[in-house]
Amino acid sequence: MTSAAARGLVSCPECALVSRPVTPQAPGHCPRCGEKLVFRRENAIQRTWALLIAATVLYAPANLLPVLATTTIVSSSSETIMSGVIYLYASGSWPLALIVFVASIVIPIGKIVTLGFVLVTVQRGMTTSDRQRTRLYRIVEFIGRWSMLDVFVDTFVVALVQLSPLMSVEPGPGVVYFMAVVVLTMFAAMSFDPRLIWDRSKAIRGS
Amino acid sequence: MKSIACHGCDLLQRLPRLQPGGKARCGRCGQILAVNPVHPLDTPLALSIAAAVLVVIANVCPLMSLSAAGRTSTTTLAGGAFEMWMRGSQVTAVVVLFCAVIAPILYVTAMLAVMIAIQRPPAPAWMGDFMRLADRLRPWSMNEVLLLGILVALTKIAQLAEVIPGPALFAVTALVLLLPWIWSTFDPHVVWARIAWSTGAKP
Repeated sequence: MTSAAARGLVSCPECALVSRPVTPQAPGHCPRCGEKLVFRRENAIQRTWALLIAATVLYAPANLLPVLATTTIVSSSSETIMSGVIYLYASGSWPLALIVFVASIVIPIGKIVTLGFVLVTVQRGMTTSDRQRTRLYRIVEFIGRWSMLDVFVDTFVVALVQLSPLMSVEPGPGVVYFMAVVVLTMFAAMSFDPRLIWDRSKAIRGS
Repeated sequence: MKSIACHGCDLLQRLPRLQPGGKARCGRCGQILAVNPVHPLDTPLALSIAAAVLVVIANVCPLMSLSAAGRTSTTTLAGGAFEMWMRGSQVTAVVVLFCAVIAPILYVTAMLAVMIAIQRPPAPAWMGDFMRLADRLRPWSMNEVLLLGILVALTKIAQLAEVIPGPALFAVTALVLLLPWIWSTFDPHVVWARIAWSTGAKP
């Protein structure tokens, strides 16, 4: 059992047609669908690291700055991502508080740590638990979009609670940073190539 | 039997003949290699038509309204993004508009166009661009995340005022079920086999 690349074959990322490019250095385009062919996604490790580091930097303002600012006749207050979770919990809807906590706190951290781990192991040439690492990557890729939850929550709270002068809600500066973290980590997951995990692998089946 | 390279690990392997409704996984990394839906042409077409109707409802009708102390405010999907724009968070507004409105509309349109075009092969080569578009947009079309976000927002607001759900909320809920259903009854290999080659060659 060998990889397609080891036999000089390239699989179209779009239509999955396996073809043999004339010049492996420049595989050109897929004869069926016209998609640009690559043996491995270009500069996958560097791009993923770049996006991941950018997301990590923005993670601090995303969590420290307020995402919503509420103004009523008598008072004004603001909430961050975490205080929003606490507010939901305190108001009695702990299942929702748990969902928002997982989507907004656990998933972003989990994505950054997991992608970082997979990148480090690929760069160090780890050849064990390939299947588990592929699985981790796939979970990150699949689950990443759920972090957008808080952005949608903030949007519709802002859109609806416009009952001035009684009460109005404005978006805070944190929401754009948080959204950027989500989008950047999604792009980071997309720019990585899971085939890199397997390129040194000696595994034949499973394990 | 045809050769296929796993997109998860690049292992070259032969696809066995699949039972209707069956699917094949990579022998090494476990990635799904191929599916064989029972009705690969009719079911996704029918579901895409339904999804197109629902996308229109979701974007035209009011999503929900809020009333407190005699005042009412109503919003639509795009209206949510518009409020974010007006209140100073323009970048967020654009991304919300893209993930909640633009990506689902384009995704459903592209799927519908492809499913109509491949009924009589060969579909023109540029139909492949619609497949590509649908594929690129899939992660950004966030109906299910949007729905959960709206529900959390409703819970937060419900303590302040009375919230009345609108028709668009039900359409979004139906889309959450429909869009993954389209994907599960659909075989990209069948579609690509029915689209003319971009080089003009016959397969």
